[in-house]
Amino acid sequence: MSELRGIIVSHAAVAHALVAAVGVITGIEDALTSVSNEGCGTEALAERLRDAVGEGPAVLFVDLPGGSCMTSSTRYAKQHADIAVVTGVNLAMLLDFVFHRDVTPAEAARRAVDAGAKAIRVTAA
Amino acid sequence: MTLALYRIDDRLIHGQVVVGWGQPLNASFIVLVDDEVSSSDWEQDLYRMGVPPQIEVIFASVDHAAAMLTTWEADERVGILLVGDVESALALAQRAPQVRRFNVGGVHHRTGRRERLRFVYLSDEEAAKLRQLAAGGVDVTAQDVPTARAIPVGEFT
Repeated sequence: MSELRGIIVSHAAVAHALVAAVGVITGIEDALTSVSNEGCGTEALAERLRDAVGEGPAVLFVDLPGGSCMTSSTRYAKQHADIAVVTGVNLAMLLDFVFHRDVTPAEAARRAVDAGAKAIRVTAA
Repeated sequence: MTLALYRIDDRLIHGQVVVGWGQPLNASFIVLVDDEVSSSDWEQDLYRMGVPPQIEVIFASVDHAAAMLTTWEADERVGILLVGDVESALALAQRAPQVRRFNVGGVHHRTGRRERLRFVYLSDEEAAKLRQLAAGGVDVTAQDVPTARAIPVGEFT
């Protein structure tokens, strides 16, 4: 089994910035790829996803639980094996993901949801 | 109220529509007019996922939408009507003379289309159809978000 990869799918440059941040923090540069929906209709975004995922298993990390990034990613997962989709991507879940890629996409997706949710809290109010 | 926005957008339901337009218009329902989506439960679930629970989503074919338009226009809530392409907009307007305006919100790059605006790519045939729509008395403008200027059809076709 080839190693699990993460594809971040977002509006504007959010995905690109998250990949850069993971690189700065961990030094891991080859686990994540960014895709922006900028200027994309449904077909163009599907093509960008296809190019980014390539062969092998992947988790698609999407910014919002609705919208073109989510609909295109979920549709892609339905048409391809070994693809899971997680919405509400944040830096915490990506940092956890890049160190835990020896699992199935479904397991990695569940783990990402836990890691991402744990990072959301009020630290001052 | 009424259907406050008739929009052509190939992404159909997405952030710009739900948040960008839905919030300032205080929209309570979205009518998604698409022959393909209206016949697929799975696609409908997918589009519904992106909409807060307080907003109702209605799926309709072009024919069904033409028949229902008077009812939706008389709804006391504010609604948004979406189609995915120029052909559907023209087909709806030809079947339903109540259609008075169409917002071109997002038609993206595809083979055979060329850039007219940052968010509008049209083939010559599609541009002609938009002008045909306008000639029939429909106010056609391009505007991606409410804060942008509504660009008249003559400036981008």
